[in-house]
Amino acid sequence: MKALLRPALSLFVLLSVVTGLVYPMLVTGVARIAFPDAAAGSLIMRDGKPIGSALIGQNFSDPKYFWGRPSATAPQPYNAAASAGSNQGPLNPALADAVKARVAALRAADPGNQRPVPIDLVTASASGLDPHISPAAADYQLERVARTRHLEVKAVRQLVAENTEGRDLGVFGEPRVHVLNLNLALDAHAR
Amino acid sequence: MNDHAWILLGLFMAMLLLLARPMGIYISRVMTMGNHESWVSGVEKAVFRACGIQRDEEMGWLQYALAVVLFNALGLLAVYALQRLQPWLPLNPQAMANVSPDSAFNTAVSFVTNTNWQGYGGESTMGYLIQMLGLTVQNFVSAATGIAVAIALVRGFARHSATGIGNAWADIFRATTWILLPLSLLFALFLSSQGVIQNFAAYQEVTTLDVTRYEAPRLDADGQPLQDEQGNPVMERASTATQTLAMGPVASQEAIKMLGTNGGGFFNANSAHPFENPTPLVNFLQMLSIFLIPGALCIAFGCIVGDERQGWTVFAAMALLFVSFAIGAIGFEQQGNPLLAQVGETEATSVRTTALSDGNMEGKEARFGIADSALFATVTTAASCGAVNAMHDSFTPLGGAVPLVMMQLGEVVFGGVGSGLYGMLIFAVLAVFIAGLMIGRTPEYLGKKIEAHEMKMTSIAILATPLLVLVGTAAAVMTEAGRAGIANPGAHGFAEILYAFSSAANNNGSAFAGFSANTPFYNVLLALAMWFGRFAVIVPVLAMAGSLAAKKRIPVSAGTLPTHGPLFVALLVGVVLLVGLLNYVPALALGPVVEHLVLWSTR
Repeated sequence: MKALLRPALSLFVLLSVVTGLVYPMLVTGVARIAFPDAAAGSLIMRDGKPIGSALIGQNFSDPKYFWGRPSATAPQPYNAAASAGSNQGPLNPALADAVKARVAALRAADPGNQRPVPIDLVTASASGLDPHISPAAADYQLERVARTRHLEVKAVRQLVAENTEGRDLGVFGEPRVHVLNLNLALDAHAR
Repeated sequence: MNDHAWILLGLFMAMLLLLARPMGIYISRVMTMGNHESWVSGVEKAVFRACGIQRDEEMGWLQYALAVVLFNALGLLAVYALQRLQPWLPLNPQAMANVSPDSAFNTAVSFVTNTNWQGYGGESTMGYLIQMLGLTVQNFVSAATGIAVAIALVRGFARHSATGIGNAWADIFRATTWILLPLSLLFALFLSSQGVIQNFAAYQEVTTLDVTRYEAPRLDADGQPLQDEQGNPVMERASTATQTLAMGPVASQEAIKMLGTNGGGFFNANSAHPFENPTPLVNFLQMLSIFLIPGALCIAFGCIVGDERQGWTVFAAMALLFVSFAIGAIGFEQQGNPLLAQVGETEATSVRTTALSDGNMEGKEARFGIADSALFATVTTAASCGAVNAMHDSFTPLGGAVPLVMMQLGEVVFGGVGSGLYGMLIFAVLAVFIAGLMIGRTPEYLGKKIEAHEMKMTSIAILATPLLVLVGTAAAVMTEAGRAGIANPGAHGFAEILYAFSSAANNNGSAFAGFSANTPFYNVLLALAMWFGRFAVIVPVLAMAGSLAAKKRIPVSAGTLPTHGPLFVALLVGVVLLVGLLNYVPALALGPVVEHLVLWSTR
């Protein structure tokens, strides 16, 4: 046992330094030079100030904005310092209640809209920070946003199209609309 | 399964097949390399001399096992100490406090055993130094331990009349330095080019576009939530126009988290967090990187025993099981939740949703959707990775049963780095034993006679984890402290406990994450399940490696049962399923099966 102790200790210290300090520092160094924006969090700047990350969703509840996925982070939704899903099971009554309340809020903001509600717009995302909604969820909100902003539906539809991505390389993931970029474009359009 | 899902699954398997062989040949070369002069050999010579390691010294199985356990015990101490000393350590810009003793113990065992079960939320608990020097280090060396043990077992088959099964120090060093490190470096740089963050900055505050209004618990002077007479927290209205973005050296940890089938997320939401897994392309490569080494190890096994067909046979059995379960998971999630299809009390006021056509989107990210999430869930639980890109707790009953069963099969469907291969080889030994009984011949595998000692070790290795899972679940269900962790009512609550113990004892680490496991009761119980789930398998596997290595090789004769080809694939798959089902069907019936029947009868 004693004969094993020295190799065990020295190998552990050596591998700790290599994989726990040298490796992450090296990756940080190269990433900072090669991909500075991405390594720092893909921040979006407006007037010289950071107003969000291109990868992290924000909470929207004003009818003039497109709303994102419901978020289960605490205490406030889209808390990017404490990511979390709801973890509600399919039979949990709290899930059905939450969906009902979200549907009611959507309908209250747009009483005339009789279309089926896209499910991603009323179910919480896994991270609580989902930056995207489905194209159907954007389409569902189009007329509300246009009406609130006194814009033509066509103009808003154009902005939605500009902020829609297809599947990665045509095969991976789902088509999606970037909510923060879309709302930024709407604000810029108004200026 | 829609077209997209079929294409995705097909592409995934095609890429895995393409990469497995070159990677497998590389691994077999690294793990069996001699001492011919090269710069690699020079580096090793210097390192081993400094560490007091005799490179060519062969260890018997007992010495090898002692070395592995001792090395991992040191890791346990280090990770525990780092967490307990956190406030006094550098690289902690958010001034995280020290972690409670039971949680620190649980996390230390969790990362040392390659489980990476997380009772804590990463971005609100761990400073950057612990993420790197504690957790990332274990991500490497626990995976290297798995590779070392698997290769030691393979040597047991490959050698004959030998006393040793290799040198544990050399094996761990080589697996870390020449296999895991270069792959992680490449993958980490790719990840950071795609948006995975990598920095040491303090959390970044930004001003949001819209104001967020929410209800928060009112706090008293000590910062504790106030409660009313019924014991409910008193809520107050609050609003904010800022968002705090968690930062950190994520890409470096993310890469080895996948390649080492560790799965412990830098953030609480794990690979669902856009900073860990920003795009569907990254998501695909993360899935592939989980299976890369476990798949390649099958081929390395074939190379080392000198018959590549043996490796492909094991690979084929794994692939067959995986593809069937993946199709199931995607299909079940695509069905959606019937209870959400129509919302509202009366026919007149009710509103329809797309719950049935768009699938079960609760706990999933829009960029991944159903197929890329359900496939990830199958990959991460087939391998003992445990990273998640969707919340398994919110899966449909049968969709959630797929990850549960994948773990309960013993993490042998590709499985953990190393542990998948040695787990599956144990099943292969059992398969030749059963086949031997059926055809009335002495069972042998790869020219080695399987005798009483091997069958004893096989039985221990196969039965240790079900014992831990079922006894642990029963103990938790019967105690107040155990039931306190349940988040969802009904059969799903039972499934949460069963999932937790299945995940811990099989060293997976994913969770039905609504479950509150960060209590002294669960921290200790699950830590025990993880430790024994790891080493109560590793030690008998090494004991078997020792006895196999000492045996003579029997030449192939007309009476030898071939252990390659479709017949043996079917036999192996059958044995894995049979053992899994016999152990777990009663428990599964009480959880997901009941839940499924209730869900579709109450619509």
